[in-house]
Amino acid sequence: MTDSNSKPVAELVGVVREYRMGTNLVRALDDFSFTFGRGEYWAVMGSSGSGKSTLLNVLGCIDRPSQGDYLIDGISTKSLDDDQLSEVRGRKLGFVFQSYNLIPQLNVLENIMVPLFYQDDPPADGEERARKLAERVGLSQRLDHKPTELSGGQQQRVAIARALVNHPALILADEATGNLDSATALEILALFDELHAEGRTIVLVTHEPDVGERAQHVLRLKDGKIESVRRGQNSAAGARA
Amino acid sequence: MKGTFGRTVKLGISSLLLHKLRSLLTTLGVLFGTSSVIAMLAIGEGASEEAQEQIRQLGSNNVILRSVKPREDFATGASQSVRVLSYGLTEDDLGRISDTFPGVARVVPVREIYEEVRYSDRALNPRVMATLPVYREVTGRVVSEGRFLTDQDELGVSNVCVLSYDAARKLFPVSSPIGEQVKIGADYYTCVGVTLDHVRQQADSAGAGKSTAEVFIPLETGRKWYGSMQVKLRAGSREMEEVELHEIVVEVEDPINVEMVANACREMLSRNHKQGDYEIVVPLELLMRAEETKRIFNIVLGSIASISLLVGGIGIMNVMLATVTERTREIGIRRALGAKRRHIVAQFLVECVVLSVGGGLLGVALGLATPLVVEHYAEMRTIITPTAPLLAFLISSGVGVLFGIYPAWRAATMDPVEALRHE
Repeated sequence: MTDSNSKPVAELVGVVREYRMGTNLVRALDDFSFTFGRGEYWAVMGSSGSGKSTLLNVLGCIDRPSQGDYLIDGISTKSLDDDQLSEVRGRKLGFVFQSYNLIPQLNVLENIMVPLFYQDDPPADGEERARKLAERVGLSQRLDHKPTELSGGQQQRVAIARALVNHPALILADEATGNLDSATALEILALFDELHAEGRTIVLVTHEPDVGERAQHVLRLKDGKIESVRRGQNSAAGARA
Repeated sequence: MKGTFGRTVKLGISSLLLHKLRSLLTTLGVLFGTSSVIAMLAIGEGASEEAQEQIRQLGSNNVILRSVKPREDFATGASQSVRVLSYGLTEDDLGRISDTFPGVARVVPVREIYEEVRYSDRALNPRVMATLPVYREVTGRVVSEGRFLTDQDELGVSNVCVLSYDAARKLFPVSSPIGEQVKIGADYYTCVGVTLDHVRQQADSAGAGKSTAEVFIPLETGRKWYGSMQVKLRAGSREMEEVELHEIVVEVEDPINVEMVANACREMLSRNHKQGDYEIVVPLELLMRAEETKRIFNIVLGSIASISLLVGGIGIMNVMLATVTERTREIGIRRALGAKRRHIVAQFLVECVVLSVGGGLLGVALGLATPLVVEHYAEMRTIITPTAPLLAFLISSGVGVLFGIYPAWRAATMDPVEALRHE
């Protein structure tokens, strides 16, 4: 299953994630093994309760498997403590949320730089990086605006710039277009296509078939297990040989 | 790592500014706590200092014996219009103390003359005291102009007088009284000196107002012209009083012996004055009592202060807990973006400290201003010791840290997944 010509970015090995809901034990992920290869653009789909959110949380290192191991960029997360796991999030991962999740007190430039604040050894060129990314997502004129002064599409662009500032190994998007009108959603998806073309690894969780169709590959979940895997080469040419 | 702290503080301030009114109200608790601590300590310190100074002026080495008019029932039977009231300390008492009491350095008798003092068309009813030259040294009077009474005045039974500053100011508003002839009762006295005012003990309710006007004349002169019998005019009736000595100031050589001498005086007087026509004032005892009172006062003030600061701290904690709940989502975002627990703790702790330090600084300013206002309007003395504002400020900042720890810890230990899901 592994993309043979590149080292995997994210590798799940026999991951089980159980929750206790009242007296019931719910298995959100059930002996889940999968590998996301470098430079791939995946859409994760499935009905609610299929475990796709849990998968995203595990991939994002904000949740830990009950059993099994998860390797991000070759690093096993099993034995990491909370601080180390936070550092992994800050260095290896970029998050794009459905409701943008910008920090209201901070302006655009500061919001983009947030992941760098928390790194143990922050890069010296952080502000320069943030300015370039703001320009790239078309917001260089609004660097000192607060999130409340921006439209939804603009806020999501800031969030995408924020997800790129730490040069992550893996970009995770959770219903990134869910709160946007269709025209704006297309713009954001075009941005993801661009990122994919640049060779970035993207995992996008969605329940919208249109959005899923645009991704390179589609992973369908059901009851915490893989229902189907559909590999394709249709979208975003150039990333794959 | 450079600039991390500055950025955290900046972020804290901008988060607080997002809710200006709430932040302001939160600081009020600490503000009033801090300022009331400073103000209360300043006022308490001032009041006790004032009391202690009055006591000290009486002389901590002294034991003061005073004649007190006995209660009326001792004088019943005398006729209503003219009566002679005989009471008080006597020359015998004086002799006994100076001859037989060990540890006594000097004994100074004082007679008071109930006469009006006049100069030109100005009249005054000061405390006129006939006494010995050593009175100045024993009671610590300070001569500001001219000289005090001398042995020559005493031997020569001279008609000279020394005015206190208050008396001099009232009789001679513009010119110097030295060398002028002052009329006391029916006789003229040459003024030879002026002393600084002496704060009289409040218990000394000698009469009209809190006048510190005093006039000193030689003891012999007083004895010669006025004898021991004096006439007091009183609401239609004439009252004759026979008092040999109004006051005896006993100076003790060594402060250790003050209590012993005081007890000896008590015993001697209680034996010889069955009618209780005397009182004994021991400034050292009063001083010790005043210091004890001050200590208790400070403990009480300290407890009130800590309670008010505690309340301020609880106020901060309350608001911070609400803030943490309200910003759960922000905490989740920051954690997802790589914030470690210590970053979250630092963020909220800094906000608490900014609140409490801000409140503390404003409180110090208010606390320093309040005593000035009190001093101006209530005419009370206040003393701000440098430690009080410092202490109040340090405690208020400490309160911020202490009461910020729990909310910050709550924020840091949230599950990121739950926090992100929070609406």
